[in-house]
Amino acid sequence: MMVTAIKETAVKQKSDVVLQYLRPKKKFPHVWCSGCGNGIVMGSLIRAIDKLGLSRDEVVLVSGIGCTSRMPVYLDFNALHTTHGRAIPFATGVKFANPKLKVIIISGDGDALAIGGNHLIHACRRNIDITVILINNYIYGMTGGQGSPTTPSKAFSTTTPYGNVEKHFEPCDLAKGAGATFVARTTVYHTPQLEKNIISAIEHHGFSLVEVISNCHTYFGRLNRQGHAMSMIRLFREKSVMLGKAKKMAEDELEDKIVIGVLHRADKTEFCDEYQKVVDAHRGEK
Amino acid sequence: MADTERELLGGNMACVRGAIYAGMRFFAGYPITPSTEVAEGCALELPKIGGKFIQMEDEIASMGAIVGASRAGLKAMTATSGPGYSLMVENIGYAYMTETPCVVVNVQRGGPSTGLPTKVSQSDTMQARWGPHGDYTAIAIAPSTVAEIITETIRAFNLAERFRTPVTILLDESLAHMREMVSLPRPGQYEVINRVKPTCKPENYVPFGPMDNGVNPMPTYGDGYRYYITGLTHDAMGFPTNRSEEIVPKLDKLRRKIENYKDEIFKLRVDKMDDAEIAFISYGSVSRAVLLAVTLARQAGVKVGSIQLQTIWPFPEVQLRDLCSRCSEVIVGELNMGQLVHEVKRAFPSEIEIHSLLRYDGEIITPTQLLGKLEEVL
Repeated sequence: MMVTAIKETAVKQKSDVVLQYLRPKKKFPHVWCSGCGNGIVMGSLIRAIDKLGLSRDEVVLVSGIGCTSRMPVYLDFNALHTTHGRAIPFATGVKFANPKLKVIIISGDGDALAIGGNHLIHACRRNIDITVILINNYIYGMTGGQGSPTTPSKAFSTTTPYGNVEKHFEPCDLAKGAGATFVARTTVYHTPQLEKNIISAIEHHGFSLVEVISNCHTYFGRLNRQGHAMSMIRLFREKSVMLGKAKKMAEDELEDKIVIGVLHRADKTEFCDEYQKVVDAHRGEK
Repeated sequence: MADTERELLGGNMACVRGAIYAGMRFFAGYPITPSTEVAEGCALELPKIGGKFIQMEDEIASMGAIVGASRAGLKAMTATSGPGYSLMVENIGYAYMTETPCVVVNVQRGGPSTGLPTKVSQSDTMQARWGPHGDYTAIAIAPSTVAEIITETIRAFNLAERFRTPVTILLDESLAHMREMVSLPRPGQYEVINRVKPTCKPENYVPFGPMDNGVNPMPTYGDGYRYYITGLTHDAMGFPTNRSEEIVPKLDKLRRKIENYKDEIFKLRVDKMDDAEIAFISYGSVSRAVLLAVTLARQAGVKVGSIQLQTIWPFPEVQLRDLCSRCSEVIVGELNMGQLVHEVKRAFPSEIEIHSLLRYDGEIITPTQLLGKLEEVL
């Protein structure tokens, strides 16, 4: 009895934290399908910000277009819901104009990797201190299930009705290759790790990317016979391998696996800091 | 009073000087002929005054970055030419919808497409009005001398901040690369308008409500006003809406906040129109040739005058009609296949004859050509 009561209190406290950060004037329900992984990421993001003790006024959530990009409408932070794929340039402007702000981007695989791919690699290259949370569900959800840059080869979508003939992007490899200094991958099943990764990414001084594998059961799950939300999330659990373990595995063993953990961390100079040095050196010159 | 500082200044650099005077502290851009010197000037000058310059990966990103910077509290600008402006229209539309102040300089060159990178043109006249999709009301201004580029750039920032809207400055290749001796503005010589911030409690702030006594307060990130900013059609609080009763007030506001204050935005340079029977209407580098043509024609006894549009959009139709009330003929000169002339025709009653002098071979209209047209009309 005692244990149950403690458990219930813990659950209540957890949800209370989430409730504190929802916009007071926003009318629910949200736009997401029931069981969507976006809600799990939103909860983790809130708990991460709460644990970091950031003030609501210093956080700016920036997003583009797509299901995931609707997240800032529900959260009581500064918000900038921008155009498709362009969240990163807008966020770059916000951060560079006022480096004291904590700028976090919520994006999807279509938004960040297709139309916004160029912006992503250049933000990585600059190593500007912003955090991108890239929710990867392998498909365009909002427009109804079209193939995205992460749709696996042979997978079905409404624009790959005979199976995808293209190759897919690995967002973490792309970010690392382009110069990002913190790169992590996890799934919506691994919520404690997700929360931890978001905390580390925000704390990291430089460009950080957290890829979160998520379920679009409505389109990807249905078209690829992966079942409903829970069966997809269970699949993520089965397919996930912690980085430490993955390092000891052969390449063919890792095929079709999701390697999770902090994949890359580097110490490089940050863009706003470097620019400030230029300002300090030349301020007041004629 | 300190002596006025004089400098031999190129048009693009004059734009940088005017912008810095107006308080511009953030520039994001991408190299493109013939506007590149604006970016280069900002890269050189902004660090000296604690401002920020960033070269983005393309023009789409440049426009996004200045909107973000403006929301973070800095006066922000970008500069480009036609092909870059075409890419920017996506996020210029976002700035209209989200009512974000910013300034976009378009140094026009020949088009369509890559067109004539090093040749003069005014073929983006209509794009400055109708660039982004959707309904909105645009402000576009156009200087015709290097000195005017300084003062009109200051005015562009003032209008952007005053009305919380993007403002386009239309330059052209000829003006941008011309050097003239100019007096640099002294501190305090020109009015500089800064955005009005809300003073009410955050819970009482209505971010996208109607203008309150002509004022449209806008907070900066970090001020404690945490509202939602979206390119989706939104209600007065900023939340996306599909409701007719919320869509119409939003779109009406985008129009009214400009239309209802047009008198603050209109600006014309009028020469020798008091007794004119024939009027030249033009803007930008064409107006320079017009002034000489008018002087020469007056010497020959022809009663002709010049109206230079320093504000192109919104279009000053009532003012033009009043100024030309004694005229029987109007000649519109422009460096394109005929854009401004349609607005002039729309503005005038049928008894006034509208003539059009067009040039779109990448060269400027000369005073001789204008005088030739005048002879045809007489």
